[in-house]
Amino acid sequence: MSLLELDSVSVFYGQTQALHEISLVVEPGEIVCLLGGNASGKSTTMKTILGLITPRSGEIRLAGERVTRSAPAARIRRGLASVPEARRVFPEMSVEDNLLTGAFTRRTGIRAELASVYESFPRLAERRRQPAGTLSGGEQQMLAFGRALMSAPTLICMDEPTMGLAPIFVDRVLDLIAALNRDRGLAVLMVEQNAELALSIAHRGYVLNTGHLVLDGPAPSLIDNPAIRTAYFGA
Amino acid sequence: MLDTALAGLVNGSSYALLALGLSLIFGVANVINFAHASVFAVGAMSGWWFSVDLDWPLWAVLLGVTAVTGLLGLVINVIAVTPLAKAPPIAALLSTFAVSVVVDNGAQLVFGPETRRFPALLATDNLGLGGLRFGTLDVTILVVAIGLMLVLGWFLRASRYGRAIRAVAQDRDAAAQMGIPLARVQNLAFVIASVLGGVAGVLGGMYLNNISPTVGSTVGMSAFAAATLGGLGSLPGAVAGGLLLGVVEAFGVSWWGGNARTLITFAVLLIVLWVRPSGLFGKRAPLAAEPMTGTFFGAARTVRLRPWQVAVAAVAAYVVPAVALDDYTVQIGVQVVVYAILALSLTLVSGQAGQISLGQAAPLAIGAYTSALLTTATGLDFWLSLPISGVVAAVLSVVLVSPSWRLRGHYVSIATLATGLLVAAAAVNFDWLTNGPSGVSAIPPPTLFGASVSAPLAVYFLDLTILLVVLLLVVRLRRSTLGRIWSAVREDEVAARSSGIAVADYKSLAFGIGGFVAGIGGALFAQQYGYIDPSVFGISVSLLALTIVVLGGLNSPLGAVVGAIVLVGLPEALRMLQETRMLTYGLLLLAVVLFRPQGLMGKVAR
Repeated sequence: MSLLELDSVSVFYGQTQALHEISLVVEPGEIVCLLGGNASGKSTTMKTILGLITPRSGEIRLAGERVTRSAPAARIRRGLASVPEARRVFPEMSVEDNLLTGAFTRRTGIRAELASVYESFPRLAERRRQPAGTLSGGEQQMLAFGRALMSAPTLICMDEPTMGLAPIFVDRVLDLIAALNRDRGLAVLMVEQNAELALSIAHRGYVLNTGHLVLDGPAPSLIDNPAIRTAYFGA
Repeated sequence: MLDTALAGLVNGSSYALLALGLSLIFGVANVINFAHASVFAVGAMSGWWFSVDLDWPLWAVLLGVTAVTGLLGLVINVIAVTPLAKAPPIAALLSTFAVSVVVDNGAQLVFGPETRRFPALLATDNLGLGGLRFGTLDVTILVVAIGLMLVLGWFLRASRYGRAIRAVAQDRDAAAQMGIPLARVQNLAFVIASVLGGVAGVLGGMYLNNISPTVGSTVGMSAFAAATLGGLGSLPGAVAGGLLLGVVEAFGVSWWGGNARTLITFAVLLIVLWVRPSGLFGKRAPLAAEPMTGTFFGAARTVRLRPWQVAVAAVAAYVVPAVALDDYTVQIGVQVVVYAILALSLTLVSGQAGQISLGQAAPLAIGAYTSALLTTATGLDFWLSLPISGVVAAVLSVVLVSPSWRLRGHYVSIATLATGLLVAAAAVNFDWLTNGPSGVSAIPPPTLFGASVSAPLAVYFLDLTILLVVLLLVVRLRRSTLGRIWSAVREDEVAARSSGIAVADYKSLAFGIGGFVAGIGGALFAQQYGYIDPSVFGISVSLLALTIVVLGGLNSPLGAVVGAIVLVGLPEALRMLQETRMLTYGLLLLAVVLFRPQGLMGKVAR
């Protein structure tokens, strides 16, 4: 059973159609990237999956169960988690409180999860009492990952995880994503501006252009595909 | 010395509880809850009812008040704040303001408007410590207040929903992505804040000894001042600001007398806004772009009347009262006209330039006092006093409000509110100039061609003529280059600034011209009644003026006139709603904001 299925999902902002019958799947243990230029509908797709926007038509399923109109909390309980665009840690809360906030939808196993996140990211354990706003960009990205892990997800949605990071952190973050996928068996759905970087760790990719799904396939087949260039820069 | 400080701390703990609620709501909902003061009043009144009529013990009173005010907070959020989440912040400002009027006046209907004694329930003078005398009451107030603060602090730090509240306050979108239910968290914040406010009402009521359903307005403004002093959104700041303000007030009152309390409060508020708007503890400068108008009113297009329609209306305004109406009705017409002039000043300031003023009674009062004092004390002719009143009101408006241009959004409105209240407090306190609370009487009527203008119809003609001149002025201004610049400032301040517009100067100019118009209205007001005192220029006048323009259409000069007829004329003419008038204003304002934000005379642009 697929972890996530979108079945001809259409989204409107007022009169404007932002997504045109998007269908996509994420299988267990996969890294899937969602590519496209500005205003292609990547972020809208992510928000729709997370439940921040309700589609006008189509269906969304998580682990086979329909969640098209469910609140974000219900989706998180079904294994979805989010690493928001630009990390969006809570700057005045401590590192530990940020992590606990990630476990908002859980009632049990929170302490064990916390210990496991600290084990994966010792840096966060060192800084657990520090306000998140005082961390470096790379550390904040780790915190955003850790916060997402706190709900014990099977699929993490990442919106531009490398955005605004120093170049040395970009590779480290990508390694981290690959490691989370490999070691924990986590599936990842990732939006990236930088198609080449994203495809270097992804298994499959979808390409969006002005709200239409124009291309999909295994990562290697997309890397040199001229259609990607079109999607980003126009015909 | 020490007992003054203790009294200040005890009183200040009420402010602190209220300020905590204000800051909590500001953080979570990004709204300044103008109805919060009313929650205090409801707490005090229901506490009085539980303890006096039902004879409950203190702990039961506190529990009962917790239930009542918690529910009230929930209702405020559900009715007045949540539906406007996607509207610009001005909408929630107006709607919570409307709710406060509804609640205050609803409480007056339920409990009766009179001031009554609030029983202390506990001894007030039975303890001593090294020469300092105090009572179980003082200790209880401090213990309950500090206890509540500690419980709140613990709740926010260590509980699941407490963390959720903090997360929502810091980043709404990210919190939503963590599965935090925003609506529920916001409800919770309103309930907690309102319970704190209600308990503050009981404690404050016991401390003040005397309460009435409108007790919230003064205490509420002190709480605003305290929250701003501490830094809006900062909870430690709210506590520090509340206690500090309580102590400062206590010393001020012991030096200058009870009337000084409001003057101190509003002076502190205004000075904080001018000097350090982020407050003592505020980390972030409150400069986040927060357009106060934009689409909410920008979508409205003014209904245009053809010139012949305007001419017919103007002629009818002269002829009909002369031939068909009795003196009583004509006097109502005079009131309508004066309020229309005041409302037109707001059409410029709030409609055209987009700066919501909650204190337009200030220039009205300044104009009225200027004219009244000049014509009584120096015997100056009314016709000379008229322009002088306008100029003095214009200059003082600009002087008082322009330091606030560093601020944005809600802060500007708070500054205008403080200005309005400060002017009224000054009129009470500066008795060497204004004759204090007893006011100025025997203001002579104006003369024209040697005849005294005192018959209702004559006054009406005079005021109506001035109204038409002002109307013409406002219409012309709106079509001028200046009007377009104001529109630019209203619609997009950043874009206006990037186009080289000196935004602050143009805002000041709007307040200046608006102040001039309101000052003229004030002079007419003073001559019409022959008597003025500070109570005439209370916050209800500012509110009425704002309701008139919002109802008529904030950006429509004719709307100001129509609004004045509907809100001032009709209730008087129909002799209805004597007791429920303010309540009706509040409900009307709320309904307009929720259901017809463009006003009666505005159309929605397609």
